[in-house]
Amino acid sequence: MKATDAIPVASRRSRYKFNRVAIACFAVIIAWTLVAIFAPLVVRYPIGKIVDYNYFGPISWNFWMGTDYLGRDMFSRIIMGARFTVGISLIAVLIACFNGVVVGMMAAVVGGWFDTIVSRVMDALISIPSKLFGLVVVAGAGSSLPVLVLTLAVIYTPGSYRFARAFAVNINTMDYITVARARGERLGYIIRSEILPNILAPILADFGLRFVYIVLLLSGLSFLGVGVQPPNADWGALVRENLDGLSFGAPAVMFPSLAIATLTISVNLLIDNLPQKIRDRSE
Amino acid sequence: MHLNDPAIIQFLKWLGGLLTGDLGRSYSNNMPVADLIGRRLVNTLELGLVTAIVSVPLSLALGIAAAINQGTVYDRVVSTLTVGFISVPEFLIATAAQLIFAVYLKWLPALSLAADINSIGDLLRIYTMPVITLILVNSAQMIRMTRAAVIETLHTPYVEMALLKGASRGRMVFRHAVPNTLGPIFNAIALSLSYLLGGVIIVESIFNYPGIAKLMVDAVATRDLPLIQSCAMIFCIGYLVLVTVADIVAILSNPRLR
Amino acid sequence: MQELVKVRELKVDAKTDSGRLVEIIRNVSFDIFAGEVVALIGESGSGKTTIALTLMGYARPGCRISGGQVMFDDRDLVILPERERARLRGNEIAYIPQSAAAAFNPAKKIIDQVTEVGAIHKTISMDQARIKAVALFRALALPDPKTIGDRYPHQVSGGQLQRLAAAMALMSDPKLLIFDEPTTALDVTTQIEVLRAFKAVLAERNIAGVYVSHDLAVVAQIADRIIVLKNGEIQEVGKTEQIIKEPVHSYTRDLISAVEPASLRRDGDTTQSDSTILEVRNLVAGYGAKTDDGLPQVVAVKSVDINIPKGRNLGVVGESGSGKSTLARAVAGILPASSGTIIFDGSELALDVRQRSREALRQLQIVFQYADTSLNPARSIEDILARPLQFYHRMNGQSCAKRIDQLLDMVQLPRTVKFRLPSELSGGQKQRVNLARALAAEPKLILCDEVTSALDTVVAAAIIDLLKELQRELELSYLFISHDLSTVRAICDDVAIMLSGEKIEQTPPEKIGCPDAHPYSQLLFASVPKLDTGWLDALVQDPKLTEAFARRKGD
Repeated sequence: MKATDAIPVASRRSRYKFNRVAIACFAVIIAWTLVAIFAPLVVRYPIGKIVDYNYFGPISWNFWMGTDYLGRDMFSRIIMGARFTVGISLIAVLIACFNGVVVGMMAAVVGGWFDTIVSRVMDALISIPSKLFGLVVVAGAGSSLPVLVLTLAVIYTPGSYRFARAFAVNINTMDYITVARARGERLGYIIRSEILPNILAPILADFGLRFVYIVLLLSGLSFLGVGVQPPNADWGALVRENLDGLSFGAPAVMFPSLAIATLTISVNLLIDNLPQKIRDRSE
Repeated sequence: MHLNDPAIIQFLKWLGGLLTGDLGRSYSNNMPVADLIGRRLVNTLELGLVTAIVSVPLSLALGIAAAINQGTVYDRVVSTLTVGFISVPEFLIATAAQLIFAVYLKWLPALSLAADINSIGDLLRIYTMPVITLILVNSAQMIRMTRAAVIETLHTPYVEMALLKGASRGRMVFRHAVPNTLGPIFNAIALSLSYLLGGVIIVESIFNYPGIAKLMVDAVATRDLPLIQSCAMIFCIGYLVLVTVADIVAILSNPRLR
Repeated sequence: MQELVKVRELKVDAKTDSGRLVEIIRNVSFDIFAGEVVALIGESGSGKTTIALTLMGYARPGCRISGGQVMFDDRDLVILPERERARLRGNEIAYIPQSAAAAFNPAKKIIDQVTEVGAIHKTISMDQARIKAVALFRALALPDPKTIGDRYPHQVSGGQLQRLAAAMALMSDPKLLIFDEPTTALDVTTQIEVLRAFKAVLAERNIAGVYVSHDLAVVAQIADRIIVLKNGEIQEVGKTEQIIKEPVHSYTRDLISAVEPASLRRDGDTTQSDSTILEVRNLVAGYGAKTDDGLPQVVAVKSVDINIPKGRNLGVVGESGSGKSTLARAVAGILPASSGTIIFDGSELALDVRQRSREALRQLQIVFQYADTSLNPARSIEDILARPLQFYHRMNGQSCAKRIDQLLDMVQLPRTVKFRLPSELSGGQKQRVNLARALAAEPKLILCDEVTSALDTVVAAAIIDLLKELQRELELSYLFISHDLSTVRAICDDVAIMLSGEKIEQTPPEKIGCPDAHPYSQLLFASVPKLDTGWLDALVQDPKLTEAFARRKGD
């Protein structure tokens, strides 16, 4: 479209205007992160302590979110559960994205046999359904926090790799990369200074999406009983523990479900409502 | 039984048996794995098939409609709902379905027990909840991807050319845009159906549906390796078949690759 | 004569990224009479395509007709309901797009797309439509008219697709035909055939036409009247002869002087030099893995020799696929040649850029065609210019900042641009930054790969002037790659002509097209449109010769 050439460029700030939905979602994400960090200061009872004779107790002044199937305080368990859900997922997504993005950019720039081999290995990894992979690994290696984190990271590295590589391959065909090569620049400089700044926005959006996938998978595994093990519990495990309360609509099932939903929906909506400039490049 | 061998040797022996058509014996109840899997595999395939038959046409229709009406109220409602469904774990949707249909409305039983099917009514009652859950989870993915693929094609110069030839909106979409999105759409379908594999694991264990995924989850609990390996293999083969079919369709729909 | 189209006070708005409305067409009024061809001339951003599209009652997504009238046959397309507009489009008003390659649906056979107009407007049965299409293919001089329609778009060449798009537009016998830069993407030798076909069809059927183009010389061949546009406003309207010979508006004069073949170089600057800056012998380069005989799968440059004396310029001219850009990349080492010798300033260079010394790299710089993709969009102009200074000269802090200011002065840009991002500069400014980055290395030779091709004519002429000036000051040499003979003639001491990977001739610019030159050079030279209304009709070309070279270009 020729005519748009004539449009004066708006100031840099106005192009990155965030809308209200995005701000609300961002607030929810920040709130959960703060809860996860300061959980010990917020809990009202020790998470393992049975504090009520009533199991599946209702919401009350003492128990803001009712009590669970043993009569433990749900509010405290959900607050501490945030540590597991947010913490494990965040570490796993950091490992997955760091490895995926670094190797992806290298594969795109180096090309040749390195690219071919790495890409084939990643294709093989991605062809294993994620829940299945999780189940099989836990069956083989037993369930512990390091195993969980590493498994989740391994499952989501190939996706991150493919995403970063696809973008880096596009950038790599740009003339400014050719100019840098003709100048004699080394691989490290090209990746760090020429490619990375141009794929950062979509990579961040992908980071958010991948975080949601990991939260969902972790919750799913915990729900199946192979995730976080008792007496600790993440949100998925809390739903599983209290599933029997479902038939009488106990708050013990509702609140952990709500916790998961608010977190994941917020991240997804935030990404959907990112400023056009960032989204344009991530599609 | 080679329970005393190291894990890798056990695995190699199982692989060797595979070549002769022997899947090994279950550790926990000492039955041949093939016998355990047989009927349950059929059950799972039935579940998957029913879901696919309903969700594929449904999501194509909703996705294309959302793309055509981009920016309208309809589009926004569909987009928001799909974001909601892909953002929550399958087990939440399953428990919500249980809560609504079994607890409050009391229309359907909370569990599926394929053993006592006596009438079509029973059949419906057993399948409905697992299928509804899977359809919701699955269609959301497909609708989003279909919508994105069609919108992208609607912005190409050849669709603009069709408009400048006087084509109606319907013609632009169905004669010009959709044929070119078949590749991406089939990819989306294959991808979604492979998510279905993951959804099946959760749905079968929540509704106690006697399928292969439930068998595998139980096997994981008892660390029954031959059974786990066989089930995992079946899932991977299912995935590869789906992806291959999607690739073939993509090639057939594009004259450049044909 | 009666007006077919009356445009009055037309206004079009566009929405920017930040949501502001900007008026991109301002109060444009003009008429088109039945059977007349009117050209809309302007540079990028002048709104010429936008105006042409409003003649079909259409504005692209993000744009909106905000006022005025577009009367076609006494119907106002601005207020007509969409259904009625659709009835006119493709039926009474037809459109030929700039890139037929993008406008044909890749998944459908050509014949189905050409005859679709009949199906949409139900004007003709499908069998008759096919017969008519074949007749049109024949009238437009397409090869194999009976079977060409059964192919898919990717199986047909660019020039043929453009004529097939014309056939598609003519299917419904329109009263008005809109040409949107229909020959811009074509090679000059192909452009002639397509132009001839268009002109013949328009005259024979007495169809009115709107011809959108940035190229005055092309428009002079086909238009009866010319409308000159700039920034969405009409600058001047007049008969073609008058606009070309006696332009009134100063902007029109600028446009014309930019097209006029600039004075040949050699303006007294004949300082003979005896040493050679670049010598290339038997260079072979191409793409794909090496085959058994040591050659790449696709050989793009077949054993080429070139020689550039110090302080002189060599132009390399050829049509698309001639291997001229590959030659530049092989010399720069970005695409390592598979065999041959490159001697730069007396010493032999490695064929692969990775094996060259930093000093050798510094002295030989390359500048690309697309300034947009040559500058990293994420970095400021200051960062972009600082990198070669740090890399080659280890400059830092004060000295680096001072040198950046000097470089910006050299390329005649204000010093304040260093705080900007590339996306905030115009095309010409970006190309100047691009040049400044090459100059930062203090090179002896700059490889210019189509550096002016993506720019508007006036801007391109200014860049050429800048290149000449820099050469006088800095003792540079250029290897100047271009598809455009007149640009090359303006700056080079010697011109090499390439055809399908071979250098067929090297001559001084004034001898190009001489009777004793290579026949292909003559053809190429004769095919460059001249700013003269009678040029196309007077042009006599041996069709056999044209065809022979077309075949040799090898599709």
